[in-house]
Amino acid sequence: MTLKLLSKAVFSKAMGLALTGALLAGGGAMAQAPHPEEPENIQWSFEGPLGKFDQAQLQRGYKVYREVCAACHSMSLLSFRNLGDKGGPFYAPRYPNSNDNPYVKSLAAEYEVDDIDSETGDVIKRPAISADRLPSPFKNEAAARASNGGSLPPDMSVLAKAREGGPDYIHAILTGYRDPPAGLKVDPGKFYNPYFPGDLTSAWSGDPAHIPHGGVIGMIPPLRDGLVTFDDGTKSTLDQQAKDVSAFLMWAAEPKLNERHQMGAAVMIYLLLLSGLLYASYRKVWKNESH
Amino acid sequence: MSGHSTYQPKTGFERWLDSRLPIIRLAHDTAVSYPTPRNLNYWWTFGGILTLCLGVQIITGIILAMHYTASADHAFNSVEHIMRDVNYGWLIRYMHANGASMFFIAVYIHMFRGLYYGSYKAPREVLWLLGCIIYLLMMATGFMGYVLPWGQMSFHGTVVITNLFGAFPIVGEAITTWLWGGFAVDNPTLNRFFSLHYLLPFVIAGVVILHIWALHVVGQNNPTGVEPKSKADTVPFTPYATVKDGFAMSVFLILFATFVFYMPNALGHADNYIPANPLVTPAHIVPEWYYLPFYAILRAVPDKLMGVLAMFASIGCFFALPWLDTSKVRSLRYRPTAKLYFWIFVLACLVLGYCGGRLPDDPVIPGLKTFILGDSDPNSFVWLSRIATAYYFAYFAVIIPVLGLVEKTLPVPETIASPALSHPAPAKTEA
Repeated sequence: MTLKLLSKAVFSKAMGLALTGALLAGGGAMAQAPHPEEPENIQWSFEGPLGKFDQAQLQRGYKVYREVCAACHSMSLLSFRNLGDKGGPFYAPRYPNSNDNPYVKSLAAEYEVDDIDSETGDVIKRPAISADRLPSPFKNEAAARASNGGSLPPDMSVLAKAREGGPDYIHAILTGYRDPPAGLKVDPGKFYNPYFPGDLTSAWSGDPAHIPHGGVIGMIPPLRDGLVTFDDGTKSTLDQQAKDVSAFLMWAAEPKLNERHQMGAAVMIYLLLLSGLLYASYRKVWKNESH
Repeated sequence: MSGHSTYQPKTGFERWLDSRLPIIRLAHDTAVSYPTPRNLNYWWTFGGILTLCLGVQIITGIILAMHYTASADHAFNSVEHIMRDVNYGWLIRYMHANGASMFFIAVYIHMFRGLYYGSYKAPREVLWLLGCIIYLLMMATGFMGYVLPWGQMSFHGTVVITNLFGAFPIVGEAITTWLWGGFAVDNPTLNRFFSLHYLLPFVIAGVVILHIWALHVVGQNNPTGVEPKSKADTVPFTPYATVKDGFAMSVFLILFATFVFYMPNALGHADNYIPANPLVTPAHIVPEWYYLPFYAILRAVPDKLMGVLAMFASIGCFFALPWLDTSKVRSLRYRPTAKLYFWIFVLACLVLGYCGGRLPDDPVIPGLKTFILGDSDPNSFVWLSRIATAYYFAYFAVIIPVLGLVEKTLPVPETIASPALSHPAPAKTEA
């Protein structure tokens, strides 16, 4: 993990000052660990000014999320209804209000969520409805850490925007697991990944000039060929699963991307016309004035 | 404003109002008949663009405040609520976030234009000082705005910046505690920053009114730096300046829209999409791009207090500028030597901005290791920042005062209109 866990002392003035001091001193004479490897640049359907999400890919990506990622990762900012929103994986023009979308309703009903019985006040279980948030796999952070060897699987709602490189980075992590090079000590339950940011200096017993790129990650390699069966017949390779779930996570982080690109085109055309008209007016107004 | 009012009330209502509250007269004198030098180039359109930026920020900001929750527990999710559930919330928020960057792009161009054409020189010192105050207020407002989403960069950036005040002896600790509203950056800090972030733009608007008032008293500077001497040198603000400013604003909006619609997160930092966590420090804490030159100056100085003082002094230089410049010639158009040093200064600022975003010990030329000078390899961003910082201060403290006394300037034209203008009017030129 590149993010250092500081003790509670960070709250104290002293630690705050030490932090600033470290920044001011610029890290002193610390050896520089190499940066992680650059993720491969994938051609996504949503790239470019006219790009938009590929609905079939989002559906496959949701399936990868549902069957694999959701076992450990929450997505607490999303409601089931979002899956049926315009631009989303299960949008159907017949159901402009995504809460009514029967497919979304059936996806929600696969889950049981906690509720309060309004008569008795008891905690009860009921099937989820479209308006419910996607349930989290763990009750709280401590439970999540306890089940994951001390690591906390991050919430994935905005993950694709919360990582440098976005979906390219997520795809690189998912497909980038390697056997650790000889001389690198990897603790049990941890995995070497050259794309994961970290500092392997202390775990490296080889040539100090060639510290391996990347870091160790607490996530077990989650995907493999054929792990998920795609309903649309797409061949379920590791690379395909990684691409699809990365696209799905980008949609989850930026659900209004299609709308944004569409409006952008209209705004650009408008502004170009307006600029042209204003320039013509400018030329006309100033025609007989030297300047 | 400057000169005699030429407003003629035309209707009975206008005459009635004019003798009670001459507000139409004020608007007419300010935005219609106000004489502007006829040779203003496009660098002069940024004043109007900045007004537009302020307007966009205030309007989008007021709407965001209707949906935002200033609470350490809810701020992050309320911003995501704006992005997901509020009608066009994504548009409003991306306009506001990128609008801040656009505001700073425009203000930096506006400031460099003032530097280049000597717009700070007498009689425009007060105008310039008011501009410096607006810039300081913008820095404070922008910083506090970046705190509000309560992401990782928001939180840890606040920790670093507020701790800078702790560098001052004796009072430092009291100041930081007072800023935080407690003993750490927490909910009270967020709440007061939200309150101030809402207040300061209106303070900026107030100072902008003073800035425009001062401008209209002394009149605009122009590329020659020669004051207008007759009507032949000027044109009325409307339609001449309004149409040109309008065109420039529209082009500027194309740049703005490119960021909002096609790369809305390019100027931000990915870590700010991670909810604030006091227990986890991001690997690199960097401020927004528009503070990077000052951040580089801060880190260039090995001592914390001296670094903080250098950072404040780097902004203080702008306040002192009208009295540092000894040259009798206003515009750098006629000061070839000063022009050269000016462009080196622009380069130094860009270099500082670049260094501010890099790790101080990273090599500037990759793979080249030389020796340790002081605390770091000379081939490092910290040493590059030191060179640029030295030039930055030398420019204000030595180059500008000395050059004004010793340099050979080119002949300055008699009036704005007397030399050949770059775009002469066809046939007979007007009086």
